[in-house]
Amino acid sequence: MKDREPLALRWRRLTGLIVKESRQVLRDPSSVLIAGVMPLLLLFLFGYGVTFDPRQLDVALVVEQQSSETASFQASLENSTLFEVETGPDRRLFERALTLGELDGLIVLQADFAEKAFRAEGAPIQVIVDGGDPNTAYLVSGYVELLWANWLEQEWISRGRPALAPSVQLEPQVWFNPEISSRNYLVPGSIAIILTTIGALLTALVVAREWERGTMEALLATPVGIVELLIGKLVPYFLLGLGSMALAVITAVLLFGVPFRGSLAVLILSSSLFMLCSLGQGLLISTVTRNQLVAAQTSVLTAFLPAFYFSNFVFEIDSMPLALRLISYGVPARYYVSTLQTEFLAGDVWSVIVPDLIGLGVFALIIFALTALTTRTRLE
Amino acid sequence: MPGPLIQIDQLSKRFDKGALAALDSVTAHVNAGEVTGLVGPDGAGKTTLLRLIAGLLVPSTGKITVNGLDPVTDSGAVHRIVSYMPQRFGLYEDLSVQENLTLYADLRSVLGSDREEAFERLLGFTGLAPFTNRLAGALSGGMKQKLGLACALIKKPDLLLLDEPSVGVDPISRRELWRMVYELVDQGIGVVWSTAYLDEAEQCARVLLLNEGALLYAGSPQDLTDRVAGRTYQIRHIDTDRREVLSEATKLATVIDGVIQGSRVRLVMAEGADPPNLAPLNAGLAAEISQIPPRFEDAFMDLIGGGFRATSPFADREDSAAHTMNQVVEARALTRRFGDFTAADKISFEVGRGEIFGLIGPNGAGKSTTFKMLCGLLQPSEGSARVVGLDLQNAPSKARGRIGYMAQKFSLYGDLSVQQNLDFFAGVYGLTGKSRKDAISQMIETFGFADRLDVNAMGLPLGYKQRLALACAVMHDPDVLFLDEPTSGVDPRTRREFWTHINAMVANGVTIMVTTHFLDEAEYCDRMALIYRSKMIASGSPDELKDRARASGMMDPTLEDAFIALVEQSDREREAA
Repeated sequence: MKDREPLALRWRRLTGLIVKESRQVLRDPSSVLIAGVMPLLLLFLFGYGVTFDPRQLDVALVVEQQSSETASFQASLENSTLFEVETGPDRRLFERALTLGELDGLIVLQADFAEKAFRAEGAPIQVIVDGGDPNTAYLVSGYVELLWANWLEQEWISRGRPALAPSVQLEPQVWFNPEISSRNYLVPGSIAIILTTIGALLTALVVAREWERGTMEALLATPVGIVELLIGKLVPYFLLGLGSMALAVITAVLLFGVPFRGSLAVLILSSSLFMLCSLGQGLLISTVTRNQLVAAQTSVLTAFLPAFYFSNFVFEIDSMPLALRLISYGVPARYYVSTLQTEFLAGDVWSVIVPDLIGLGVFALIIFALTALTTRTRLE
Repeated sequence: MPGPLIQIDQLSKRFDKGALAALDSVTAHVNAGEVTGLVGPDGAGKTTLLRLIAGLLVPSTGKITVNGLDPVTDSGAVHRIVSYMPQRFGLYEDLSVQENLTLYADLRSVLGSDREEAFERLLGFTGLAPFTNRLAGALSGGMKQKLGLACALIKKPDLLLLDEPSVGVDPISRRELWRMVYELVDQGIGVVWSTAYLDEAEQCARVLLLNEGALLYAGSPQDLTDRVAGRTYQIRHIDTDRREVLSEATKLATVIDGVIQGSRVRLVMAEGADPPNLAPLNAGLAAEISQIPPRFEDAFMDLIGGGFRATSPFADREDSAAHTMNQVVEARALTRRFGDFTAADKISFEVGRGEIFGLIGPNGAGKSTTFKMLCGLLQPSEGSARVVGLDLQNAPSKARGRIGYMAQKFSLYGDLSVQQNLDFFAGVYGLTGKSRKDAISQMIETFGFADRLDVNAMGLPLGYKQRLALACAVMHDPDVLFLDEPTSGVDPRTRREFWTHINAMVANGVTIMVTTHFLDEAEYCDRMALIYRSKMIASGSPDELKDRARASGMMDPTLEDAFIALVEQSDREREAA
């Protein structure tokens, strides 16, 4: 700004803009919906509905020829809490149900089961699963394998023979999320989704709306400077985002019993940095597109979906191919979700949190530099 | 005497390399303390020039100074002395009247005691004081425009830029706005008023006349109008078809321009030419021709080399709407309610074959609602609408097949080529096989699309867009053609071409229903209905409506005068009741 104006006048303009924007936020049902209703909806969805914990699997057991061995295996299968078992003499009885997806798997004990069960070349047991649903398919075959190994061992012992091979004793111990409840790591992830929506989508929409309705043109023709304009937009949505985050955290901890083991300071600092990244992105998108429809699509594609895919929220980054893992480093949500999950489940683990915060800080700086460069006080 | 308020020097603006210049070496000035009209059709470069003056755009070449300041390098200083009201007024519709004013007071640093004083002054000036808590979005067009003006005036500027302030505003609010602007001018403020309505130019002290980015004329509107003094005539008492008289007259080389004014025909003659002999025009025995005072639009048409002269190919089309029916369109006590609000209240009229019938009225008065019920786009709450004898409620699709509809503004597919648009609309109207092929090739021939078939509709010049929209609406030979604000913002020459086609269709028995708030266009109507506050407050021919204004003491009323007189009379009657 070349012209030197008294600071008081500039301050007055800035507060004028903030007041105006806040009034619009409070009057706009979509902002209330996104900042108030959406966090609760997401939390309830993840809290009660969506879960990635294993559920009971429906399988059918085909026993081609009854024997004491098959009866024993059937008993151990039925005793397992994992399976809901149906039994029959012929696989053809169940093929249709498997095709229709009513069954998750088909376990066939062939006619020579009793004969071959204890031979070294392996068991005549067949597991048929629906490859169209790979997750369930892996689960069924994995569990059956485990069960089979267990059963075999038990049988050897009960027949007074030593085990074929000393089997490894597994004694799983889960840290940080002892119940392995998926809710506990989905909640931090959904907070990142909410902040992305408020920051990138809502902000992009409101600024694009100003361009579409011609109010931006009227603003630019007043003595308002670009810095005032940007801050005037940022402050209300920043506060809205933090408020929404607080709502989500309180609901998660009090209502769903998700643990929170870190410190409030880190939570607020990381959320603020992430909010700045999202807001900057939203402003950048709206300045470039100047059209609500394009702004909405762009922010879904460049902010919402990456935050969804590349943040360890639902999809595990470590199991992605290298190219995708590299891309994930360019997504601010990755750093934020990592900090959040640490804060909720482990506590202030500085070796995780400090690099994440630095990453977020760098992104915020880059995005704001870009925004300030592209937003000019002209229409071109 | 200080220099001019704005000095514009060899100013050009191109948005894309190689594209046509939006402004092409314009040199002009604007004085303080007077209204300068920035006049020209859509796309002439008016908005671009205003934005350049306000420092919102950077010139490609050339220079502007405002009070000696450069809007590019001294944008801060220029923004402090210039107020700009963009199209659609730049208001926040979700903020109240008071909140909008407060925001602009903060932005323009109007503080302390000045602030309350400014609010009071502007609310009084605009008559908005009773509505301070109403949301801007809930105001009428005229009130929005006043609020926009108040926001622009929160701090008294040296220069006030108004971009098409009269668009979407009824004639009454328009007159009030002019009154307010004259008050500002008396305080020494320089006002630039941009408009596509040529009649508004006559109210300005000076005009800058723009066409396709070039400055055609700068100076007093009277001086320009005087150029055609003694060359404007009106043919009255025509007892044949006035549309045919016009068509014959414009074939003469000495006639530069001709339009229909109610039952009369207005002509502009070439320099030095005598008025035409009436006998060959077939105007009837009683017809007489007399000189009338020129208008600014006459001078504009003279300046751009005259109006549209070719005859419409529709004139040679076979009379296909061969129905003997007399009442082609019939509205009986048409009523439409939206919740508690009655948008159209017991509207009744009948329109005969080959008649042009206009629905006129202020924005939001109910003319679009009535229009939509007549073409089957909206169900009436009560009453009935019949088109070519078919009830729109019982046989909507059958009735719609006999209707052509040309929507307000450009409503074709901009990303489709001319050919694709024609193909699409032929399909929509259910034309197949040979009739489809014939219809399309006939339209291509009629409107001269042959060498533009592959051009995307968006990239067509305005005149061609109009032709294409019309072609798509009439391809299936409708008996009734509905035109919704067909030529608003269009330059006068394109408007004349448009009406040449319409007149030719009417001669072949097509019935035209038209809505317009542009009263010069209403002059083409045979009869019209004036809709105000959801009710039909008057109907009749343009001359009959003017006669009613004359009865209330006006000397030579225009249709706009008549319109205002009738609306005011209705207001008085309502208040008395």
